[in-house]
Amino acid sequence: MKKITKIAVAALIAVIAVALVAYVYIESTKPQRQQLIVSTTTSFYETGFLDVVKDNFEAKYPDINVSFISQGTGLAIQTAMRGDADMIMVHDPAQELKFLQDGYGVNRKVISYNFFVIVGPNDDPAGIKGLDPIDALKKIKEYGDDGNAVWISRGDGSGTHAKEKRLWTAAGYNATELAKLPWYLERGAGMTDTLKMAYEKDGYTLADLASYLSNMKTGNINMDIVVEASKDLLNVYAVIANNPQKTNLTASNFDASMKYIEYLTSDEGQELFATFGVDTFGKALFSPYLQLLNSGSDPDLITWIYEYAYFSGSECPEQYRYQAGDLYT
Amino acid sequence: MFDVIIDAVEKAFQLIFSGDPELLATASRSIYVAGAGTLLACLWSIPIAVLLGLYSFRGKWLIKSLFNAMLGVPTVALGLILVMFLSKSGPAGFFDLLYTINGIVVGQALLVTPIIVSFTSSALAETDVQLRDLARTLGASHLQTNIAVLREAMWATVLSLISAFNRGFGELGIALMVGGNIAYVTRVLTTSISLESAKGDYSFAVALAIILVAIVVSITVLVNLVERLRQ
Repeated sequence: MKKITKIAVAALIAVIAVALVAYVYIESTKPQRQQLIVSTTTSFYETGFLDVVKDNFEAKYPDINVSFISQGTGLAIQTAMRGDADMIMVHDPAQELKFLQDGYGVNRKVISYNFFVIVGPNDDPAGIKGLDPIDALKKIKEYGDDGNAVWISRGDGSGTHAKEKRLWTAAGYNATELAKLPWYLERGAGMTDTLKMAYEKDGYTLADLASYLSNMKTGNINMDIVVEASKDLLNVYAVIANNPQKTNLTASNFDASMKYIEYLTSDEGQELFATFGVDTFGKALFSPYLQLLNSGSDPDLITWIYEYAYFSGSECPEQYRYQAGDLYT
Repeated sequence: MFDVIIDAVEKAFQLIFSGDPELLATASRSIYVAGAGTLLACLWSIPIAVLLGLYSFRGKWLIKSLFNAMLGVPTVALGLILVMFLSKSGPAGFFDLLYTINGIVVGQALLVTPIIVSFTSSALAETDVQLRDLARTLGASHLQTNIAVLREAMWATVLSLISAFNRGFGELGIALMVGGNIAYVTRVLTTSISLESAKGDYSFAVALAIILVAIVVSITVLVNLVERLRQ
């Protein structure tokens, strides 16, 4: 080896060694904080709402570091069941109830609501604008069979996917069978990816309003809402803590989870919901449920939420509570 | 603690031997994209390799080192570039290739180009040194010499194509980003493994992984066997 090459190699090794030592040093001097891992539905994460929550929550509790895994309800629940997350923020009452019944989750609180919408290409090839959701899906199927419409399904076991499947069932079809047809595409991914594919393929899809609006804003998609918010399209978000008796959660993890739930249901936390997106979209992306409940301004809507997201008249029946403190008073 | 793994492997073998149609379809889609991608890449990679292996011109070392550097290009980076180009609002949107199986083929063709070019051109250059003098002394023309060199380097070229196939077959980034992992349409072995393991359905993911590894290993063993027989 030439002398110059030897010097270059030695210098390179020295630089790498110094960088490594510096990295380890910096990491070791960071204060140890309680880690709280929340597995969450993709809509909260992709709209940027959770960044706001993180900033405000950590400002109030500086000794807790909260991290999010963005997955969709089905996967979020599985992650929590494996003990890889401390709590979940999700939106599928049926799967939530199962999570509670199986003993993995405790202390469920409804925190927010909005509506799903069916979005599609600007020229609306199936002509479903203004129809109710069930009739709209029937028409998409009819036009799809003729090769004139495309449906993009989340296909990832998320809350939105569960809602889709229930709507297709209500329209008289089995979503699993539909997935084998050429016009019904199972994306197997989050809301933004699914919306992007719907846009690229001139297809229809079911989206939560928040994800639709934020993707329109960023220019990811240019699509229209063809079926507007209605009772059938209600979307309710809840938080559930892992049950420390069932999963490998430590007491301090559980404590952090409970602080997080209390924060989101506090006046301060609800205000985050009420204000997020107002500047950009002129309205809240995720409406604060407790503010609705306390104001009593829309009794019909409150009844819808009771029917849709409460279990035998309670957001969390007595047997699924654990060291809940005054969470339900 | 190992129950999960043992259970997954057991179910995986049941799935493989039950001949699950979607498992077979996913495997054949993988073989299709890697195979078609490699063949498509040959269209331009072999001529470039001949140019770089048998001719000398100004700046050749630069082009050669560029191709060598591209050998390790991260598939997510290539996937990202392709998604931007193939998107409806991108410059190549009119091809309608985004989220299609042939979109993945094009992506993999680009991915394996440096592999074919680098390996084949090196093989050609090495053969060239020994053979050109011999052919010349025997009175061969320029064209005849090149054909003789190409024929001699045929085996090395085949090996480079196998490497290219294996690279495409096992990559995830391009298939996921360009193909979109659509069930029954663009879902291949690697994207399916990624989705199923995220979903927590380990047995299906393990079955897919076993098939993936088995195919790669058997191709390599087969090639080595052929090489032994050839000698």
